[in-house]
Amino acid sequence: MPEIYSKYPMVKYLRKEALPTALCPGCGGGTVLNAFANAVDQLKLDPRDLVVVSGIGCSAWIASPYFLADTLHTTHGRAIAFATGVKVGLPDKKVVVISGDGDLASIGGNHLLHAARRNIDITVILVNNFIYGMTGGQVAPTTPFGAKTTTTPYRNIEHPLQISETIAAAGASYVARWTTAHVYQLIESIKKALTVKGFSLVEVISQCPVQFGRRNRMKEPAEMLRWFLKNSVPISKAKKMSPEELEGKFVIGEFVNRQRPEFTEELNKLIDEVQEHFGLKGGDDV
Amino acid sequence: MIIRGDEPEQIRLLRKLYKPGNYFMQGNEAVAYGALFAGCRFYAGYPITPSSEIAETMARELPKLGGYYLQMEDEIGSIAAMIGASWTGFKVMTATAGPGFSLMQENLGYAVMTETPLVLVDVQRSGPSTGQATKGAQGDFFQARWGTHGDHPIVAVSPTSGQDAFWEIIRAFNIAERLRTPVVFLFDGVLAHTRELVKIPSVDEVEITYRKLPQNEEEAKLPFGDPHGDGVPPMPLFGHGYFTHVTGSTHKENGLRDVYTPEVHDRLVRRIHRKIEKNRHVYEKYEEHFTDDAEILVVSWGVTARPALGAVLKAREEGIKVGLFVPKTVHPFPGERMRELGKRVRAILVPEMNLGQMILEVQRYVNDDVLLKGVNKIGGVPLTVEEILREIRGVA
Ligand SMILES: Cc1ncc(C[n+]2csc(CCOP(=O)(O)OP(=O)(O)O)c2C)c(N)n1
Ligand code: SF4
Repeated sequence: MPEIYSKYPMVKYLRKEALPTALCPGCGGGTVLNAFANAVDQLKLDPRDLVVVSGIGCSAWIASPYFLADTLHTTHGRAIAFATGVKVGLPDKKVVVISGDGDLASIGGNHLLHAARRNIDITVILVNNFIYGMTGGQVAPTTPFGAKTTTTPYRNIEHPLQISETIAAAGASYVARWTTAHVYQLIESIKKALTVKGFSLVEVISQCPVQFGRRNRMKEPAEMLRWFLKNSVPISKAKKMSPEELEGKFVIGEFVNRQRPEFTEELNKLIDEVQEHFGLKGGDDV
Repeated sequence: MIIRGDEPEQIRLLRKLYKPGNYFMQGNEAVAYGALFAGCRFYAGYPITPSSEIAETMARELPKLGGYYLQMEDEIGSIAAMIGASWTGFKVMTATAGPGFSLMQENLGYAVMTETPLVLVDVQRSGPSTGQATKGAQGDFFQARWGTHGDHPIVAVSPTSGQDAFWEIIRAFNIAERLRTPVVFLFDGVLAHTRELVKIPSVDEVEITYRKLPQNEEEAKLPFGDPHGDGVPPMPLFGHGYFTHVTGSTHKENGLRDVYTPEVHDRLVRRIHRKIEKNRHVYEKYEEHFTDDAEILVVSWGVTARPALGAVLKAREEGIKVGLFVPKTVHPFPGERMRELGKRVRAILVPEMNLGQMILEVQRYVNDDVLLKGVNKIGGVPLTVEEILREIRGVA
């Protein structure tokens, strides 16, 4: 572990032999890792009670292998489905998925949708950097209309998926969106997401200066953060704006925070009912 | 679940629920009951003909045993959820058919690379593509072997009847646990939907195996090492404070990714191969009938092994010196025994419900001077005793 980390209070949550991280300088991934570690710290969670699952991509590397917990680094897009099995097996642990927008909302979009519908108690931190970072900056389903990428060298003619809005509609218990320029709010939302019973999604708009910023006149990470700040609109204000006015804006804040029956609880309740019904309880007949 | 030390409770439940005796049941049901006796307490799947009765039986029975049934959004999610659950200590299973098996291939490779025990039932149906959805076939022999990418070993088991399926699925679970590896169970649409007599044994007659768990902190720190020299690392399950890291990328013995050092990849992938190669005694299984004095050999597997046996019995009545060899573990193929048998006969017939798949394995182990001939049928109708007998007479 490089010396500089010894000054970082959250290093106690990191796998020292895996440091330094492979993320580019100025990547928003570091901010997300820091926010997550701070949320865990503030909640005084024991990392032994956490299982962190991720898919494939730069954002999937944020916590896996760097976060010191049981970590499952899966195939591209499938982290939530893997996490579903982990959560059913360990209903008392906190199961967290940290991965990218391409991973979770494109190839893995169906698992995201259905986990929200089931309302399984998993916390998803979705890092939305508008791009396929790891594979070299190709267009993603989150890339803004008109943006340049390596596979939209002229301009992007597709419209981005509004992930938080979609997952709120699909039935999640908790959904919030922030950017890497809103670190304190982000930590608060991750804390809530970790505490709430049911499916929770925290979408983090994050900078990829190397693959996105560079091709869209924002070479410096700071320029990207300024872009986030300038175009962020709190959800309360956004409600009064027209779709045209919201074009190119980032709606931030909490989308839902509600109670709905949770999947693993229902599953265990069902088993209880069935065993009761068939007279299978009790150990007197061995 | 059985692995976590609640055996007495599980045995009490199995005793209470399933009385030993003869039952008239579908092959698919036999697979499901066998899995329950083997200790499977987690099933994740997606419906597909001709496998759906396995899911339906598991959905009905698992909750009675305190186990979990999950219907996932697709087959990719099903095998993913199984792998997640396996890392928490469950014995896990899914059942599917060709199209679903195709979708599971990427994560089957992940299970090989991360050494995750699981049992994947493929109820083979007529393909390619959606083919004849309701009809049986034996066309996935090599998909089971080579369906996922990269150098990888695989164990695949294939039963020949409903009764056999009950015991063979238990064996499949035991192999998966013992070798910390995925096992493919190659069933087929004909046996899956055939109703026949299946004897459910008493729980005491069933032997089950558990995966190795780390005995100390040192072992837990090397989830992909080889502390016992048998190629099989103990599995530090999630939730025990080991901080286990699991990745499908090339990793060192401690689990951490290292995709740049050629030796690390070489060491890992060769050990995973060696683990399977060196432990042949754990999984190798075949049946032989009349092979002692045979001049002609029929080699068959799965559903076709039955009419093959019928044909061999009839041919023997006619005085033809013919024998039958049936690999029950089809991958890795029982090559040594095949070689020995191949040296003694002058002709080999390989009946199967495809256009010639297992015959290619047989070919690798027999000399050119032996007449080797496939007896192949596709279209969803099994080979008959008559059809195979005719071929035996033809080479007699
Ligand atoms: C099945 C499969 N398809 C494609 C890839 C190649 N791939 C690796 S990472 C990635 C994109 C990741 O993008 P995102 O999730 O947005 O993460 P980022 O790198 O931008 O953080 C792709 C397409 C893969 N590994 N597996
Ligand atoms: S390519 Fe982009 S997303 Fe990936 S590490 Fe670099 S800055 Fe971060």
